[in-house]
Amino acid sequence: MSLEIYLDNSATTRVHPRVAEVMMRCFTEQYGNPSSLHTMGAGAERSLEEAREVVARYLGVSPSEVYFTSGGTEGNNMVLRGGCAARRSWGRHLITTAVEHPSVLRTCQALEEEGWEVTYLPVDRQGRIDPEDLGRALREDTALVSVMMVNNEVGSLQPVEAIGEILKGRTGRRPLFHVDAVQAVGKLPLRPSDWGVDALTASGHKFHGPKGVGFLYLRQGVEVSPLMTGGEQERGLRPGTENVPGAVGLARALELSLEEFDARAVAALRDLLVSSVLEGAPDAVWNGYPEGAPHIANISFPGVSGEMMVHHLAEAGVYVSTGSACSSRKPTSHVLEAMGLEEELLQGALRFSLSAETTEADVRRAAAVVVEVYRELKELFGRG
Amino acid sequence: MRKVYLDHSATTPVRSEVAELVLRYMTDTFGNPSSVHGFGREARKGVEEARERVASLINADPREIVFTSGGTEADNLAIKGVALANRKKGRHIITSAIEHHAVLHTCEFLEKEGYEVTVLGVDSAGLVSPDDLKAALRDDTILVSIMMANNEMGAIQPIKELAAIARERGVYFHTDAVQAVGQVKVDVEELGVDLLSLSAHKIYGPKGVGALYVRRGTKIKPIAHGGGHERRMRAGTENVPGIVGLGLAAKLAQEELEDRRRHLLKLRDKLIEGILDRVEDVRLNGPREERLPNNVNISFAYVEGESILLNLDLQGIAASSGSACTSGSLEPSHVLLAMGISHELAHGSVRMSLGTGNSEEDIDYVLEVLPSIIERLRSMSPLVGGRGEEKLQHVQR
Repeated sequence: MSLEIYLDNSATTRVHPRVAEVMMRCFTEQYGNPSSLHTMGAGAERSLEEAREVVARYLGVSPSEVYFTSGGTEGNNMVLRGGCAARRSWGRHLITTAVEHPSVLRTCQALEEEGWEVTYLPVDRQGRIDPEDLGRALREDTALVSVMMVNNEVGSLQPVEAIGEILKGRTGRRPLFHVDAVQAVGKLPLRPSDWGVDALTASGHKFHGPKGVGFLYLRQGVEVSPLMTGGEQERGLRPGTENVPGAVGLARALELSLEEFDARAVAALRDLLVSSVLEGAPDAVWNGYPEGAPHIANISFPGVSGEMMVHHLAEAGVYVSTGSACSSRKPTSHVLEAMGLEEELLQGALRFSLSAETTEADVRRAAAVVVEVYRELKELFGRG
Repeated sequence: MRKVYLDHSATTPVRSEVAELVLRYMTDTFGNPSSVHGFGREARKGVEEARERVASLINADPREIVFTSGGTEADNLAIKGVALANRKKGRHIITSAIEHHAVLHTCEFLEKEGYEVTVLGVDSAGLVSPDDLKAALRDDTILVSIMMANNEMGAIQPIKELAAIARERGVYFHTDAVQAVGQVKVDVEELGVDLLSLSAHKIYGPKGVGALYVRRGTKIKPIAHGGGHERRMRAGTENVPGIVGLGLAAKLAQEELEDRRRHLLKLRDKLIEGILDRVEDVRLNGPREERLPNNVNISFAYVEGESILLNLDLQGIAASSGSACTSGSLEPSHVLLAMGISHELAHGSVRMSLGTGNSEEDIDYVLEVLPSIIERLRSMSPLVGGRGEEKLQHVQR
């Protein structure tokens, strides 16, 4: 079957051909080490700094507040581990949500083993936390608050601005406010400095950039101990020869994403997908809401297993996932569990994630295939 | 103007066939290896094939290879990971004075966390003495980390002998082989090491990817948490294009090792002899024999290394004053100082690191340009005559 519709863009995206093009130049022509003093090195450093400026402009921050990392997981580990390490003289408590990415949740668990206390804020049926819960959870010794901008499994948006307001109003020691924006960058406008966000993390490969590179915004003056030690690269916060092709590719992908990702158009495609699926499969349930992230739709198909759906859909040329690729070996989603979904809806959940490359024809065909596969599987295994 | 790149120890160009493969995995086989569908499985296949290739290059089992974001992360993971996992056994670590900062600063970090670190000195050629290691080992030593080949002056350490001493005492041995891999034979079984770091961009692969070899059974903990990638040793979506690029670069390095070595040795010796013949008052830093085939490090008395570099650069020659990672600093090289070289001579050092793309004509060109640069700089140097005179005695041919 020649039909191939890739709707797993929250797992990873295809690198934009124009991104690959600029990276190829870095590989074979402008391959210098930015730390080298000669012309080749200076050229590489210039490319790296131009990439940093692109990211800074998008966020409305200073380039000196942008650090390149090896990806979202490293960025999240840097902020959580490094933020806690820098505050251990007074802090021993952190606050996050029950629906964070494993790179945040597992780091929190590791910190718990080291003596930190962690409050996991609950979410409603739509996957959103209540800012008032956060206000109540805050303590004198709260060192860090980490809340994701867009949930990677269901697309729920967290009230980042409202949280920033609550934290701004605090007197005395203010906890570091971290936002995992991996699923938001290139898709939504982000203004961390206006929102009171101290640290924000992102990954290149979620918006048609390369794997193996990401960035961290860290507000000037906010202290974070480095996760790794070595050379003085990235102002001493992130050692190791800079991944120049990666950073250049990420910046180009970000520029292209801002040109090509039309949030309203993608949301319309998402709505078309959801309504077409629900029309053909009236017992399916959308685990989302219209104002959520435009590119993610999580739908539960009661009576079948999501994993089996993934395999059958792949055979039919439609590529989706059951949830996060990073925890795809786990039977059910911690996000959907936190949202209080019933067992049947947990088992049969699928994530569809769109990108600027997704077309209306893709969505219509995918929806038809999904409805068909669901019907077949229910007849085979379901209660009929 | 002729362009001659002699800074391959800082970074190498990506081989064209490697770049093409990386490109294919960016735009075509672009899946996430953790995805269960076809795109994911194809990407997974690429990663696992690369793991076999890297393992084969160093004679390891593929399951002993952990992909990282580069040499620095591999060093951090090896040292912090072993220190964390074995803290109940002991808190003493041994390293050498000439390590890369990824090792030295990580050891300093652990010192602040309550570990004790012994830093072994080196002789005037830059070599660690096995007897010194023997004397430094204690009952609470948990790790020895000594680099296989030095990035600044190319000394190749007697790793086999050093690792055997550690093993006899039941102490883990890590070697930073970032500069050695692809240039000399690196066989983890023959060397008897437990952990070994390598980096792709030093062997004509892409930046942003490397690997740590971890001998099966080694007690080690991850330094970052997240998804269960890399057998739980290294969280984060695998950098698939980078990893397959490293895999192919490793395969090429293995196939071409002997050819590369012969080619580089010829150029290296021609360059060393040529400079020693043409320029007075110079010193070859590092051993003459136990030396990387691509490394030339020479101190020129009475002149600043940086002035030499700038003048070489104006003539199209890219060289360095030492490690690229510290090139911004005004401090002389910690490696050369550890070898007992004076501040003045350390300041006057230039590293020229050769690569497979260099030719005899490149060397001829350097030998044509360099002596007159040195002559001109010396004619302007206040160090010639007067204060510099006594330094002459230390300058060896």
